[in-house]
Amino acid sequence: MSKRIDVNDLNVYYSKFRAVEGVSINIEAKSVTAFIGPSGCGKSTFLRTLNRMHEVIPGGRVEGEVLLDGDNLYAPGVDPVTVRSQIGMVFQRPNPFPTMSIRDNVLAGVKLNGKKIAKSDADALVEKSLRGANLWNEVKDRLDKPGAGLSGGQQQRLCIARTIAVKPDVILMDEPCSALDPISTLAIEDLINELKNDYTVVIVTHNMQQAARVSDKTAFFNIAGTGKPGKLIEYNDTATIFSNPAEQATEDYVSGRFG
Amino acid sequence: MTSTAVKSRAAASGRAGDKIFSGAALGAGVLILITLFAVALFLLIQALPTFSADPAEITGGEGFFAYIFPIIIGTVIAAAIALVIATPIGIGVALFISHFAPRQIAGPLGYVIDLLAAIPSVIYGAWGYMVLAPALVPGYEWLSQNLGFIPIFEGPASQTGKTILTASIVLAVMVLPIITSLSREIFLQTPKLHEEAALALGATRWEMITTAVLPFARPGIISAVMLGLGRALGETMAVALVLSTGGLIPSLIKTGNQTIAAEIALNFPEAFGLRLAELIAAGLVLFLITLVVNMIARAIIARHKEFSGAN
Ligand SMILES: Nc1ncnc2c1ncn2[C@@H]1O[C@H](COP(=O)(O)OP(=O)(O)OP(=O)(O)O)[C@@H](O)[C@H]1O
Ligand SMILES: [Mg+2]
Repeated sequence: MSKRIDVNDLNVYYSKFRAVEGVSINIEAKSVTAFIGPSGCGKSTFLRTLNRMHEVIPGGRVEGEVLLDGDNLYAPGVDPVTVRSQIGMVFQRPNPFPTMSIRDNVLAGVKLNGKKIAKSDADALVEKSLRGANLWNEVKDRLDKPGAGLSGGQQQRLCIARTIAVKPDVILMDEPCSALDPISTLAIEDLINELKNDYTVVIVTHNMQQAARVSDKTAFFNIAGTGKPGKLIEYNDTATIFSNPAEQATEDYVSGRFG
Repeated sequence: MTSTAVKSRAAASGRAGDKIFSGAALGAGVLILITLFAVALFLLIQALPTFSADPAEITGGEGFFAYIFPIIIGTVIAAAIALVIATPIGIGVALFISHFAPRQIAGPLGYVIDLLAAIPSVIYGAWGYMVLAPALVPGYEWLSQNLGFIPIFEGPASQTGKTILTASIVLAVMVLPIITSLSREIFLQTPKLHEEAALALGATRWEMITTAVLPFARPGIISAVMLGLGRALGETMAVALVLSTGGLIPSLIKTGNQTIAAEIALNFPEAFGLRLAELIAAGLVLFLITLVVNMIARAIIARHKEFSGAN
């Protein structure tokens, strides 16, 4: 299953401070969308509003709507817990649960909400999710060892396995490779290419080549200055953004002539 | 050339700093060991007459073991009940402060609890026998009438309320602030990273606590409980004031039972000669109990080292 996301005129606040202003964007199902832009322009902030993780921060709030296949995530009565199980998230720093084995890490999300799962089903799900994250062959002999004992790149793939184990419709990734070496980065990029067959993927990255390699569409965010809110400047096919952008700011940024 | 000279000088002073620090750390460690050893040695030497004396001369007339055994059991029962009461409450309050209470409430509440830890035990004891004990009498009556068939609630209930259960409840109140403030500190240290990981998987707040916070805090909670246990085992004044002592009996709501620390405190002022040696031997036994309990706690923590997140 995979679903599309439509955002209408979204403003995002940290208490009084407006960090992101007036973003409208349509993200297709089964595609990879990259968010790029200078540091502090609100990419992470905006990404976290797409699965209601923004409001976890004290003072965090949102105006506007985010539609998942037409259903507003911010409508009254919508449970953020349900939203987050439909829209998974992979963080910048790999964060497997340190007290859990590899196997338990993969099953962590599945066992939430008091769900019981038969051992054979659990085994199958663990294998399927780890294969889906291209990690199965590396860990299949040590599923009961702690997840924290893996390399950084393996840990990040474990986090992806944990995310796809709950069968979300959308996967959000906030700079998933920034803490990883080039080989691990390539492994994750390959994985993102496969993930888009089944999921809608949104990825924040500072690496232009990465955005160009993995994404179908690219959104460029920018800020006018410190203390000003970030805005969506341009959103288009990745090829267009990198070769023939409509905005001067986009061109300056993707060509490295910035500031 | 100058720059290499500067570098090597900096490196040399860095090494000196390292040496001083490791020396100081070693010194402190050795000092603690020596102190502990000296205490143990003192207790042992002073207690020796007890073990060589004629059993008939020991209090009770049947030797040291017969004398000490009932009060060991009394000590352990009182401390165990105190922990059974205080641990869940302490963890609950700590979680409330760290993860549920709004900031305006969490701050003052934490402060009040820290203050509770600073109240002298004689105050707790006075409160225990003047307020708590009489208040519990009707409850004890009810227990003896309705659950009296269970040995621990066998009647007739004490009419003063000065029982080992009352003493245990006072102890629980005393160890509660220790367990609460230490647990709260540890809960607050849970990495945001792991809390967010749980939330992003669709965890409710409570599930976030069971998947991210409690596993992370587990060794810390055990340490907090052990510190509380240390206080409960060694507490003298409160127990001495609250408990109306007697021989070892299973019922928790009748007059009876005694703890080592209170036994020492009550008898120490008039003790001399062999009686003094006996009390010191009792102190030695308390020291050993505390040691064993701490070793067990360390073993429990170490067993899960691989999954502690320390790597
Ligand atoms: N927890 C917070 N509380 C208050 N303001 C915040 C918080 N997190 C971020 N901000 C502010 O919101 C703005 C956007 O930050 P955000 O982290 O979304 O930027 P970003 O585009 O992800 O940057 P980077 O590329 O460095 O990750 C910044 O001005 C930042 O200072
Ligand atoms: Mg960011």
